[in-house]
Amino acid sequence: MGGLAHIPILSVVIFFPMVGVLFLLLIDRENESAIKGTALVFSIIEFAISLPLIVYFNPGTADYQFVEKIPWVKALGIQYFLGIDGISLLLVMLTTFLTVLCVLSSWTAIKDHVKEYMISMLFLETGMLGALISLDLVLFYVFWELMLIPMYLLIGVWGGPRRVYAAVKFFLYTMVGSVLMMIAILALYFLYHKATGVYTFDITKLYQLNLPVGAQMWMFAAFALAFAIKVPMFPFHTWLPDAHTEAPTAGSVILAGVLLKMGTYGFIRFCIPLFPSAAMKFVPLIMLLAVIGIIYGALVAMMQKDVKKLVAYSSVSHLGFVMLGMFALNMQSVEGSIYQMLNHGISTGALFLIVGMIYERRHTRLIKDFGGLAKQLPIFATFFMIATLSSIGLPGTNGFVGEFLILLGTFKTSRPFAVFAATGVILGAAYMLWMFQRVMFGKLDKEENKVLKDLNWREVATLVPIVIMVFWMGIYPKFFIGKMEKSVSNFLATVNKKVEARRLMDTGAKALADNLWQTGKLKVRKVN
Amino acid sequence: MTSYIWLIPFFPMVGFLINGLLGVKFKRSWIHIIAASAIGLSFLATLILFFELLKVEPAARHFENVIFDWIIAGKFKTQIAFMIDPLSIVMALVVTGVSFMIHIYAGGYMHGDPGFRRFFIYLNLFVFFMLILILANSFLLMFVGWEGVGLCSYLLIGFWFEKDSAATAGKKAFVVNRIGDFGFVLGLFLIVATLSQHGIWSLNFDVVFKHAELLGPTTVTAITLLLFIGATGKSAQIPLYVWLPDAMEGPTPVSALIHAATMVTAGVYMIARCNVLYSMAPVSLEVVAVVGALTAFFSATIALVQNDFKRILAYSTVSQLGYMFVGVGVGAFSAGIFHLMTHAFFKGLLFLASGSVMHAMAGELNIQKMGGLKKFMPVTFWVFMMATLAISGIPGFSGFFSKDEILWQSFHRGHLFVWILGTLAAGLTAFYMFRLTFVAFFGKPRMDEEAKHHLHESPKVMTYPMIVLAIASVVGGYVGIPPVLGGANRFEKFLEPIMGGGAHEAVAEGAKAVAHASASLEFTMMAVSVIVALIGIAVAYVFYIKNPQLPVRLAEGMRGLYTLLYNKYFVDEFYNSVFVQGTKDFATFLWQKVDVGIIDAIVNGVAGLVETCGGLIRRLQTGYVQTYAFSILVGGVAVFVYFFWESLF
Repeated sequence: MGGLAHIPILSVVIFFPMVGVLFLLLIDRENESAIKGTALVFSIIEFAISLPLIVYFNPGTADYQFVEKIPWVKALGIQYFLGIDGISLLLVMLTTFLTVLCVLSSWTAIKDHVKEYMISMLFLETGMLGALISLDLVLFYVFWELMLIPMYLLIGVWGGPRRVYAAVKFFLYTMVGSVLMMIAILALYFLYHKATGVYTFDITKLYQLNLPVGAQMWMFAAFALAFAIKVPMFPFHTWLPDAHTEAPTAGSVILAGVLLKMGTYGFIRFCIPLFPSAAMKFVPLIMLLAVIGIIYGALVAMMQKDVKKLVAYSSVSHLGFVMLGMFALNMQSVEGSIYQMLNHGISTGALFLIVGMIYERRHTRLIKDFGGLAKQLPIFATFFMIATLSSIGLPGTNGFVGEFLILLGTFKTSRPFAVFAATGVILGAAYMLWMFQRVMFGKLDKEENKVLKDLNWREVATLVPIVIMVFWMGIYPKFFIGKMEKSVSNFLATVNKKVEARRLMDTGAKALADNLWQTGKLKVRKVN
Repeated sequence: MTSYIWLIPFFPMVGFLINGLLGVKFKRSWIHIIAASAIGLSFLATLILFFELLKVEPAARHFENVIFDWIIAGKFKTQIAFMIDPLSIVMALVVTGVSFMIHIYAGGYMHGDPGFRRFFIYLNLFVFFMLILILANSFLLMFVGWEGVGLCSYLLIGFWFEKDSAATAGKKAFVVNRIGDFGFVLGLFLIVATLSQHGIWSLNFDVVFKHAELLGPTTVTAITLLLFIGATGKSAQIPLYVWLPDAMEGPTPVSALIHAATMVTAGVYMIARCNVLYSMAPVSLEVVAVVGALTAFFSATIALVQNDFKRILAYSTVSQLGYMFVGVGVGAFSAGIFHLMTHAFFKGLLFLASGSVMHAMAGELNIQKMGGLKKFMPVTFWVFMMATLAISGIPGFSGFFSKDEILWQSFHRGHLFVWILGTLAAGLTAFYMFRLTFVAFFGKPRMDEEAKHHLHESPKVMTYPMIVLAIASVVGGYVGIPPVLGGANRFEKFLEPIMGGGAHEAVAEGAKAVAHASASLEFTMMAVSVIVALIGIAVAYVFYIKNPQLPVRLAEGMRGLYTLLYNKYFVDEFYNSVFVQGTKDFATFLWQKVDVGIIDAIVNGVAGLVETCGGLIRRLQTGYVQTYAFSILVGGVAVFVYFFWESLF
């Protein structure tokens, strides 16, 4: 970290997009090219600023790095506490990476209120990065809520015809979860105080609290519901297809690429390590829902008539894999799970970009309106094919590494789940290739499609970085997995240790009570 | 040189990249030269390595190149690493050699096609993945090649994607293969899950085989059966063979290369590679042999009555692959590989010849519209004849040695049922191949005058590679002449060091029986299979040369059987209505009834309820901050009290 020791780099990373917002505010709203250019430049610089994180990140430790910690509201124990480990590092990189592509993809797609749009975009970036980097629950919650607003606006203002319905559905769904989460955060805060006499929202401290299983169950449930909606896990997923179909392209990319990961990230950062004994109890339920999500999402995706909705349902399936791997709780499965978070951001991001490009040309996303496009749009077809292959996890692409590790890890601990989940791999190929065939292959028989223009340079520039990532992550995953190795093993060790300690406490307490009772030293025995 | 194994797949990759990234402006001849020479160089590298390998002691013929670490997660570790040993070098020689010929041929065949460049890009990529499959040192890297060739197969079957049938066939191939791959990966998981309990976290072949005893008999049976599911997909065996006949939608060089000579044999290669595991699982071996024999017989019966030139060959391929599985299934692993090699020559050639015919007939595939082609296309006819004699198992031709070896081994190792099916299938094979030859090449031309006028022999760029393969189809068997015929079966000897599974008792018993069998018995068996083949040829001669009315009458006499065979036992229809339509119906149900009908209905219902309640609660909105503050306080207190109370217990 040497040279970076004195720079609060995480703060810079989080708030630099806000500097961009300030600049944007100064630009005349009529001057759209300047607005777009500024947004693009800022998003690129932001990405460049985040690069040192991965360069100077020390993969040899599980500790939080680049830590910044200053008291914020001293009286309440709220801190401005930032830090990243191997898990959040990669998601941070994904966020700054995808934001650039989102700005690029909005170049001609967004025609109204460009200024507000770009401001929302950069605002959203700050919110997402803040949520990923915060290590204080209040700070996290502030950022968590902060990202909701620009996302709500992206859907509600720049979305499709049913945008208001979709936006409200999105907002309400997530708010329900958020409220429950807030209550759980407060409860945890007071319970920690009760145990130690200290008020704090510092998660590194809260991790050390090992609550009774009963209390863990309630708080786990509250957190889990908030995150499960966000993921979204079956059966809390129905906001997603609506949000995706109505959102503008960049909104969908960010939504799928990063926002959904807030749910899965929430599980791995908060839910499981804070309440591990409860998590253990919830493992069968969550794995079951994950597997249902994998198969159900794939099957429902298969029958969709709208390409974007198809991709949205495929997200339900892919995130089922993420959840499955996470709750199988071993090295391979958890690393696969985190890897799959990144993969999904890359592949599904690419698919949404691609759908957006064709929507911009044809103003339709219905499969039946296409057919034979590969002949007219060979470059487009190539990118679409690569994104499709990455989505169905062809070996050599990123998708394979994630799915393989998840299924391998899951197979070790819970075979039936792994076997059922693996059928998702077959279904994935079926629905993606069937869609691809109907859109790209066959006769080019629609007049409107015969005049379509192939991708321009800007669009190629948007997709090339994704293709590079697809193969890089598929062929040399060591670069990425190596960064998370220590954090994941530490995560698993902590969880196991806490669960074991809790078990010993419970059994020990019971044994002691029994002993006292039998020796007659204990007169009143509480029944529970 | 043994540290340059990577060169073998490297050249096709380079060809792929040059034509793929830079080739937009290239002239066609350049694209062809680049693609073909990439494979030629790869063949050369393989050849050099082959001779390097020969210089080494048989037991030491094993080299690995580790390129870099691939997936590492916790203790699990795999690398990108290549390996050569007698088995992989034989496969690599066959693949690069046959590919090279077909690449040359394709330059002529695809000449006028607007997708010329795309074709060669895919073809180079295919060879690359095929070599990865063969040279992989671990199950996982093999799987990369395994799915990679599947991708190229998908792309090349659907090469003329404007045709719906082609696009559909490509997708079908991929999805059916995925079903097989589902079994394959579960097999890999089972290996890792079991071995990791003993502290072994590897999918490297040598590591797994070395510790195979740790797997235990039940697990090893499960593993080998799961892997075999993968093989039934890739190598088109019952019940997953249905994609291969449809795959004929692809350009004919693709059918020759991918769907006859190389990719479809991957399952056989995989089992031979895993002979150590299979030898420990007699049940699995029995399954492999029986499935192989059934497939060999079953698809040969379909081939009897088809009229599409390439489909006949496709069913024939399915059938011949069945033989290979019989070979490896009875424990005669090198016999299976031997047939794999000779089949690559003669079946590749048969397809190339069919392409040459299509080239002359403007794409016509119906053999009833051909006839008398012998006169117009002498070279094509003669090479076709060589390959036909080879596949029919006529002594002196390569197929005779390899097929006979398999039948002999299956008989002698006590698989009587398998042997009977195999022998019957051999007769059927001779029949349908000669039916095809007689109908297409002999007799009176049945095409219209216009088509007849255009008949011509193919250009040299197509005929020369066919001639090379024709020579291989004849002499290719001489490397494996059995001792009883005065040979030394050098092929088997060469492969011996890696067929360690042969030492396992169940298999060794059989091998011993074979070794001690009397020469006269072996001659008798040989005679039986030759006679069966000759009967097949004789029947075809009577049916299609002597008395062409006979088959028509026969078909009418047995209408039911004929319809059943002609419609391929209606298996496709059955799969479509049960599995494909069943899945779609279920999926529609989930979407319309569960997603929209239940889940979303509840969500919207709750939203509606909230709205109604909201209307009532609106009256609480007094506009006084004090009221709000008070309610926040009450709510907050309620929450805290609840949790304090909760935490007390």
